[in-house]
Amino acid sequence: MNFQDLILGLQKYWGQQGCIIQQPYDVEKGAGTMNPATFLRALGPEPWKVAYVEPSRRPTDGRYGENPNRLQHYYQYQVILKPSPDNVIDLYLNSLKELGIDPQKHDIRFVEDNWESPTLGAWGLGWEVWLDGMEITQFTYFQQCGGFDCYPVCAEITYGIERIAMYIQNKESVYDIQWVDGISYADVHHQTEVDYSHYNFEAADVAALTTMFTICEKEAINVASLHLVQPAYDYVLKCSHLFNLLDARGAISVTERTGYIGRVRNLARLVAGEYLAQRKNLGYPLLKDEGLRQQFLNGEGV
Amino acid sequence: MQDLLLEIGVEEIPSAYMPGALQALADLAGQKINEARLPYSKITVYGTPRRLVLFVQGLAEAQEDAAIENRGPKKSIAIDPQGQPTKAGLGFARGQGMDFSELVIQGVEGIEYLFALKRDKGKESRKLLPDLLQSLIQALPFPKSMRWAYFNTRFARPIRWLLALYGDQPLDLQIENIKSSPVTYGHRFLSNGPQPVKDIQHYFALLEEHFVILDQDRRQALIWDQVRQAAAAAGGEPMENPDLLEEVAFLVEYPTAFYGAFSSSYLTVPPEVLTTSMIEHQRYFPVFSPEGHLLPGFIAVRNGTDYNLDEVRAGNQRVLKARLEDALFFWNEDTKEPLEQMAGGLKNVLFHERLGSLQDKVERLKKLAVFLGATMGMSDKNRLERAAGLCKADLLSAMVYEFPELQGIMGRYYALQHGEETELAEAILEHYLPRFAADELPATGTGISLSLAEKLDNLVGCFAIGIKPSGSQDPYALRRQALGIVNIILGRSLDLDLKECIAAAYDNFSAIQPENSREDTTREVLDFILQRLRGVLLDRGFSYDVIDAVLQRALRDVRDVYVRVKTVQDFKQSTRLQDFMVVYNRAHNLSRKWESPLIDETVLEDPSEIELNRTFQSLKKDVTDSLDKALYSQALEKLSTLRPAVDLFFNSVMVMVENQELKAARLGLLKSIAELCNQVADFGKLVF
Repeated sequence: MNFQDLILGLQKYWGQQGCIIQQPYDVEKGAGTMNPATFLRALGPEPWKVAYVEPSRRPTDGRYGENPNRLQHYYQYQVILKPSPDNVIDLYLNSLKELGIDPQKHDIRFVEDNWESPTLGAWGLGWEVWLDGMEITQFTYFQQCGGFDCYPVCAEITYGIERIAMYIQNKESVYDIQWVDGISYADVHHQTEVDYSHYNFEAADVAALTTMFTICEKEAINVASLHLVQPAYDYVLKCSHLFNLLDARGAISVTERTGYIGRVRNLARLVAGEYLAQRKNLGYPLLKDEGLRQQFLNGEGV
Repeated sequence: MQDLLLEIGVEEIPSAYMPGALQALADLAGQKINEARLPYSKITVYGTPRRLVLFVQGLAEAQEDAAIENRGPKKSIAIDPQGQPTKAGLGFARGQGMDFSELVIQGVEGIEYLFALKRDKGKESRKLLPDLLQSLIQALPFPKSMRWAYFNTRFARPIRWLLALYGDQPLDLQIENIKSSPVTYGHRFLSNGPQPVKDIQHYFALLEEHFVILDQDRRQALIWDQVRQAAAAAGGEPMENPDLLEEVAFLVEYPTAFYGAFSSSYLTVPPEVLTTSMIEHQRYFPVFSPEGHLLPGFIAVRNGTDYNLDEVRAGNQRVLKARLEDALFFWNEDTKEPLEQMAGGLKNVLFHERLGSLQDKVERLKKLAVFLGATMGMSDKNRLERAAGLCKADLLSAMVYEFPELQGIMGRYYALQHGEETELAEAILEHYLPRFAADELPATGTGISLSLAEKLDNLVGCFAIGIKPSGSQDPYALRRQALGIVNIILGRSLDLDLKECIAAAYDNFSAIQPENSREDTTREVLDFILQRLRGVLLDRGFSYDVIDAVLQRALRDVRDVYVRVKTVQDFKQSTRLQDFMVVYNRAHNLSRKWESPLIDETVLEDPSEIELNRTFQSLKKDVTDSLDKALYSQALEKLSTLRPAVDLFFNSVMVMVENQELKAARLGLLKSIAELCNQVADFGKLVF
């Protein structure tokens, strides 16, 4: 199964489970969780089912295209099921079967993994899922997001699709993955990995990035005060990415680090609060159960 | 009597939660069943990643009847002088649901009260159990718990099914949307769908059939057997690691151990790195040759049978290869530059926002280690300064960033790799020792000095800015640091004036202007260390009265405390004890409230007191001499020889005479004797 078929397989499977298939969000981010289709939609009482591929950037993980397992840009396949269904693990295991991974033939484990994102003010409990000793998925029940309790709780399933592809295709390097027949992952991404590693570690202009962070922070606060939720959130994402770049550049001392993380978290909290207010004003349109809708609108719950 | 079974079906519970959760399940069940007045014969708990199981044998079918005595108002208030019930009396009867005539009068400590005596008829177990079990489930504690879907219940992971049987009868429970039903589920992958359960015996058989080995002890024993066999087949022995074994046992319901190999080219990396990677990342058992060398292989434990095992093995080998490749990369990167160069980055790493960077810490360690080395006559200034300068450098290595538990271990390797002398390299590892209760102690002079310096610096720095452990709160592991100091001093027989050392450590912090003064900090830290010493001595079997008697003296030297405690404890069993205690008690009892040990010899008149004074004065120099040499048992024996003179004195004279000068001289003499005895320990604290 090539990389493209793997993605298409997941899209088809989760589409059949009632997820809307969204597309990647067009601002740089460290993980699929930061896509507003997760970060914002996980908040509030409305049900939500979504799946999408998310390009994810981790500037410090760049290895100039030389490490077979580490990339500063990779893909996550992200699924959000809100509220978490009772059979969520079976749904997940069935998705593996769709990819040709028969759990009976392998050793599949759910190993404790407590996920936390200090910059998003978010945390949850769950597992990393092991396939014959390799972590292929993070599985999380969100408990808090943007500093607010999640109610209902959603299940987040994040597949490391390169790892799964390496397993299925029996490759030892991510670059050897066949994207489609005749085109490898290296053909698509190797040179960009090299270039971004040089940029992230050596070329990025620290002074400029620092200024940009302050500008974006100010813009986020300003836009949030106008109750323009997603435009404000865009600037939170930008701040987060700028912070990651500065970090990769070695420009942030340990003391400053805590400060930066706190600043991004404050922005995330601000926007989360705006989003919750906005959905309430809209009358929670996705909440089809009228009784529940009234209950939440009357202020119980959130 | 019937047996009770409760199975809580849960999505995979973290293995680390399981031992505590099972203990809590057993304890809480016992507590709740006792509170419900239900006799039973035995409680057993079982657990796998997907289930917590309570099995109560011989549980009574009904509560025992209970006699209830409710006390009401005093008789004088409840019954008026005419013998008629008052409002208060009638009110009490009504509240108890009884007629006033059914109440009785009973005396309590001489006062008569109105009492309602009732018999609470025991309820049937099957009526009580559903509520009892539901509240038990809700009360189970976990290190972290979570909510799911629209529910407010918190549990380790979502509850997916409930099975409750009393005898062969199902009980009806409900937690959120989960209603109990007489079914269970087998192994997640080797069994299919719900399995109807007829009765409790059937339940146990059913799980076996469906690839679940329920009993954790049996599972653990089975895993260890398999692991040993797999290792033996590869010509080696598995690493014995009880924590890992327990963890693995709570990660699988049906274990199958198998051997996997990795390339021997990775053996160039230090073995601690490879074993840490295997254990921490993959939960594999490392394998050693009979001579104790690490072999290029591992034992993994699959949650399943041996079906398609070759593919599972190949997958695990590939994962470990990627891990080891990382480790090899880190090793090669880290050894490219000498430690000294790595240490250059310490100034950028914060140790504590008040206490400065790691570089600041290293500078303090240099001074303190040199001070301690000089005090103890160990190592030398240059070596100590160099060791202190390098001991934190590995915190900046890629390897320790990836595996924090390898701190010190990597530093030692990197130092050796770059030709540092052996003692210095050892000291880098040793300065963290002992890391846990039974860990080894530093052995080299450099290591001992640096290890004590490290721990004193941590303790004194924290106390100086007001960070002190309280209750279960000890985020900087200060108790462990203090315990480490005690164990090093005792284990290595060091004579050290702790007060002086603590003060020296404090002086290194003067630049940050700590809020706690030098005097207060010194006293508090010394006290804190002596408290740990008290615990160590109790653990070693010394009795608390002896320890406290010694600790009453203002002591600053851990080893000296130990020697005194041992002496006094031994002396308590010796034949000289009785004479000594007569001397001490007679001298101490009368002079206890007398302040001055001055003796005006010119006013002494009775031959017995002149004799006692003379004997005492000639003994005093001898005893003081013994005390100075820390020969405490010699001192005590000498003091015990005073007994005939003391007895004669008390038989011959009255101490509390009218003549104030004479009385003062006599009390002064007794005070002097008592004080000299008390130099060793406060003998008034001893319990016989």
